[in-house]
Amino acid sequence: MIKVLSSGIYTAIQDLGRIGYREMGIPVAGVMDRYATMFANMILNNKEEDAVIEIVFGSSKFEFLESCSISISGADFSAKIDDKPVLMNTVLEVEKGSVLSFGKRNFGVRTYIAVKGGFLTETVLGGRSFYKGITNRHVFKKGGIIPINKKQKKIKETRSKVKFNKGYIKTNNIEVYEGPEYELLSRNQKEKLKQLEFTISSSNSRMGYILNEKIENSFPSMLSSGVLPGTVQLTPSGKLIVLMRDCQVTGGYPRILQLTEESINILSQKTTKDSIDFKIKRFS
Amino acid sequence: MSYQLTYKPYGEFSILIEWEAIVNKDIIRDINTYKTKILKKEEREIQDCIIGYHSLLIVYKEILCKVAEKISFLKEVYSLEESVNSKINYVWTIPVCYDLKHGIDLLDISEKTELPVEEIIQLHTNTMYTVYFIGFLPGFLYLGGLNSKLFFDRKSTPRLKVPKGAVAIGGKQTGVYPEESAGGWNIIGNTPLHFFDVTKKVPCFAKSGDQIKFISISEEEYLKIKEEVKKGSYKIEKKVIVNL
Repeated sequence: MIKVLSSGIYTAIQDLGRIGYREMGIPVAGVMDRYATMFANMILNNKEEDAVIEIVFGSSKFEFLESCSISISGADFSAKIDDKPVLMNTVLEVEKGSVLSFGKRNFGVRTYIAVKGGFLTETVLGGRSFYKGITNRHVFKKGGIIPINKKQKKIKETRSKVKFNKGYIKTNNIEVYEGPEYELLSRNQKEKLKQLEFTISSSNSRMGYILNEKIENSFPSMLSSGVLPGTVQLTPSGKLIVLMRDCQVTGGYPRILQLTEESINILSQKTTKDSIDFKIKRFS
Repeated sequence: MSYQLTYKPYGEFSILIEWEAIVNKDIIRDINTYKTKILKKEEREIQDCIIGYHSLLIVYKEILCKVAEKISFLKEVYSLEESVNSKINYVWTIPVCYDLKHGIDLLDISEKTELPVEEIIQLHTNTMYTVYFIGFLPGFLYLGGLNSKLFFDRKSTPRLKVPKGAVAIGGKQTGVYPEESAGGWNIIGNTPLHFFDVTKKVPCFAKSGDQIKFISISEEEYLKIKEEVKKGSYKIEKKVIVNL
């Protein structure tokens, strides 16, 4: 078990989300940065869907109530165990009683902590991802206890030598496809989308990121229709909303762009005042 | 009946299929039939099907490499004449207490529409509503069929807390809040039923294509049903819809 000594801005369990419940209005949710999560699980020989801890800005602190093997991937906030700096993206053997904390921000926003065997919080509708109204808790508070799966199968130790490619965290390029309503845009509006450098407003969360710059428009409201994580909606105010992992399943604003899966990971490592450039890809 | 549909790739994993942009019962039935046909052909490849008023969004598990081929395949499936065993649709009877204690906006609506409260309740309970789809919140049903006399604009400032079970009117729509949430709709009553229950294998009893009938109950009955729901002994009244 791991004890939460400080829950900081955000400390929660996430996995790859809930599959097959969107027709009941249930969001997929799940880790914001799937690449970092997959990496953290992979180096422990965990399953892809094993649950991990997602934290924001390294503001959380944990005590290990048992010894275990962990890995840390994603944003770099100078991870320390018992105040000694430790490496990210590698297997760390942690002793009972040790404390994991973070310090100076080097890059990124969201850090993932995986444990060998995965974390064992409640499974609701096929997933462990915390979500308000679905799971009993939607965030951990100070003193929270996170159980570890001890019944892990012994898998052959094939410590992979794959390198964590942190370049994606630093890029500003967000690859997108044209969304279903892209064609409603005028030539001028399309040019603006391609040329403007967009900045992230302080309204950014697991639900979505609102961008500051405006694309003036007079589109009528639409009948509600399906939306996806990574959908860029154009609101009547002209501001863009990029939907993220916790987004609702339907929406009524024009869906002008759709981020690639990789770009959702990139964006999830960005925060207020960071800038992004949309790069429009064509369907093959 | 066959509709003119449009097909669009939507991101790396999904295809969006659209009908004419109107709210229509026959269209929602066609969407559900088509969904069943597609699932019969390729259920294992599909992660989610998201229904909208006039759209069906098919989300695949794997990245779509050949989008054009996938679209022609889907078109072929639409034109298949075979009959499909669609899921059975039901009419659900939903008890609602329209007491002013719950229906906190009834007097306001009554004043502005010049309809007596009794008539508002009658108009709201006399209609058979169609469930178009579920969205906004887990278990929030998008219902069609509200009597035009009851069309009433959303509040200019949403309430921060609308209680769970609130039955409300927002513009041309009516619905039930499955959980306490922020919301701008006008509240006319409250149902003791759970529209969303994560402890159930199927957390929402209603689905797209079903129908909802509200009936007016007293505060006394409301409390009684609430207790039965809590104990798990309340059975929601339902009837099979025979689709001809």
